[in-house]
Amino acid sequence: MEEPREPYMEGPMHSTHPVIEPGLTFASVTDKISSIVLKRKTSIGWFVGFAISFALFQLMLLAITNLVFVGIGLWGVNVPIAWGIDILNFVWWIGIGHAGTLISAILLLLRQKWRTSINRFAEAMTLFAVAQAGMYPIFHLGRPWLAYWLFPYPNTMGIWPQFRSPLMWDVFAVSTYATVSAMFWFVGLIPDFATLRDRAKSKAFQIIYGMLAMGWRGSARHWHRYEMAYLLLAGLATPLVLSVHTIVSFDFAVGIIPGWHATVFPPYFVAGAIYAGFAMVLFLTIPLRRFYGLEGFITMRHMHNMAKVMLATGLIVGYGYIMEAFFGWYSGNRYERYMIWNRMHGPYAPYYWALIVCNIVTPQFLWAKKLRSNLAVLWLISVVVSIGMWLERFVIVVTSLHRDFLPSSWGMYKPTVWDWSMFVGTIGFFFTLLFLFIRFLPMISIFEMRTILPEAEVED
Amino acid sequence: MQIFHHSTNALARISIFGAVFVLAAALWATVELNRSSWNTGQWVERQQPVQFSHKHHVGDDGIDCRYCHTSVETSASAGMPSTNTCMNCHKQIWADSPYLEPVRASFRTGKPLEWIRVHDLPDYVYFNHSIHINKGVGCSTCHGRIDQMPILYQAATLQMEWCLGCHRAPERFVRPKEKVFDMTWRPENKTDADLLEGRAIVARYHIQDKKVLTSCSTCHR
Repeated sequence: MEEPREPYMEGPMHSTHPVIEPGLTFASVTDKISSIVLKRKTSIGWFVGFAISFALFQLMLLAITNLVFVGIGLWGVNVPIAWGIDILNFVWWIGIGHAGTLISAILLLLRQKWRTSINRFAEAMTLFAVAQAGMYPIFHLGRPWLAYWLFPYPNTMGIWPQFRSPLMWDVFAVSTYATVSAMFWFVGLIPDFATLRDRAKSKAFQIIYGMLAMGWRGSARHWHRYEMAYLLLAGLATPLVLSVHTIVSFDFAVGIIPGWHATVFPPYFVAGAIYAGFAMVLFLTIPLRRFYGLEGFITMRHMHNMAKVMLATGLIVGYGYIMEAFFGWYSGNRYERYMIWNRMHGPYAPYYWALIVCNIVTPQFLWAKKLRSNLAVLWLISVVVSIGMWLERFVIVVTSLHRDFLPSSWGMYKPTVWDWSMFVGTIGFFFTLLFLFIRFLPMISIFEMRTILPEAEVED
Repeated sequence: MQIFHHSTNALARISIFGAVFVLAAALWATVELNRSSWNTGQWVERQQPVQFSHKHHVGDDGIDCRYCHTSVETSASAGMPSTNTCMNCHKQIWADSPYLEPVRASFRTGKPLEWIRVHDLPDYVYFNHSIHINKGVGCSTCHGRIDQMPILYQAATLQMEWCLGCHRAPERFVRPKEKVFDMTWRPENKTDADLLEGRAIVARYHIQDKKVLTSCSTCHR
């Protein structure tokens, strides 16, 4: 019996679940991951999944085309609820992305080796989620062809965008986030592109992967520079995990609407984002590792760790809800008090209580190791949490806006069929990109997996 | 096995570094094109249904702007003259000129001349001539030396940055009211002495604070 080795097999509990299946070698790791892209016959399941996603993606294009031609009157938004589920979905999607950045950047800097198996996949998820998120504010503008006005550029109008507005900060936060995530993802892929280039049989794939590999030969000098670049990008991405959703929360917190104007928003949003993000990673990895037989790479250790992160962030989010209610009461402000009362007893009360059940009650099951080990339960919890986080944003956006200071301007909100088409469509687009990703790119980082093998241990 | 030829190394480097310059050049070209007369119509002479020369009527004959543009002091639009205004003089002088046949035809039939608009502001801009005239903004400040234009053209870009140039610093452009229709008056106050006078005029005519002048709803109502 071998001694448990540092740092990824420490502790009595972890020794039962290694971070990578024993018995794998450099060659078998490379073979196993690259064969999904290069050798294995594309399964019927893939085609079915892709077809459904692609059809929904077409629905999104239809919804957008109609929206651009007709205008945002198609959506259910109107005064007083000018931010309906389009802004809600923006926050939801961008929140989902945060897990990817946390896994790839922060866990890299914290030397959490278990991240290696899931970082590539989580980063792809981030990128695709940000792509969905980015569309919403642009189409919410009503005149999306003027979206470039959001950027400060030397224009003929003689004015700058309003730099004091959090909506402006959002532009920078999200575009920086998208750029850094894309760079990080691409740079991480370069050595694997080279592997695929060298292993591809068809000329076309050799050329495509070859171009993407940018002349990677794997020399010591390449590796030296590569590691430095990767570390620098991780350093750049780390503050983004906190900053992006902080600024998204400012979109609300800087406003004076009861239910938005709270100092707890930034940490509460960031925790919510990571919570939702890990739920989505679990939601996607549990079926994927099964279908592609990746249990050796993504072990139960990963499932446990992700469940624990979800539990921790879920508790922070729960604390946020409690504080929101407490502040509403403690403020002594009749509007704040009414806002909380209205959330709990008003016309949208079912959403509020559903949210409490989904986000506070459900994650408590994760305390039990037995339930964390049951993948079906874990998967169901991840679905419930994803829905819960959507409901959370619904409650924040809609219940705050629909009854503010003046009862004469109260109103109700109902998303239209086009609101739903766009939302369902973005889900389709997200999965379309994801299906293409798992078919054409290595969904687990080959070269990083090799570094955590026993073979990679070097005598000092 | 070699997939790519050696030369692709150079090609890759060039395309990466080149992309930066291509993007910068594209941005620069867009910004320039936006301000060019191709986009703004500045300096572009407009042919009219009658060969009417402002240079002749204003510069040579010395006719006041208000003889034709009668409503400039009192309403949003400066106003276009009716054919009758033309015929006041052209019944007597150049009465047989073939150049003026379209004018006579309009007079006979009662169908107005269809002049081509030279200064066309977007519909989302609220513009009023009278307030500018009454606060000491001269005709030539915006329209240029009309008395030197045989064929009329737009002297300014009419872009928002051009409007704001004055709304942000009215003291640089205002003049005494009695000089508003004077084509030879300086279009801009540049020297210290001129600017001193400009500031005095701003105070005298109660020109509003810059915060009001540059408020969105001053022009976009």
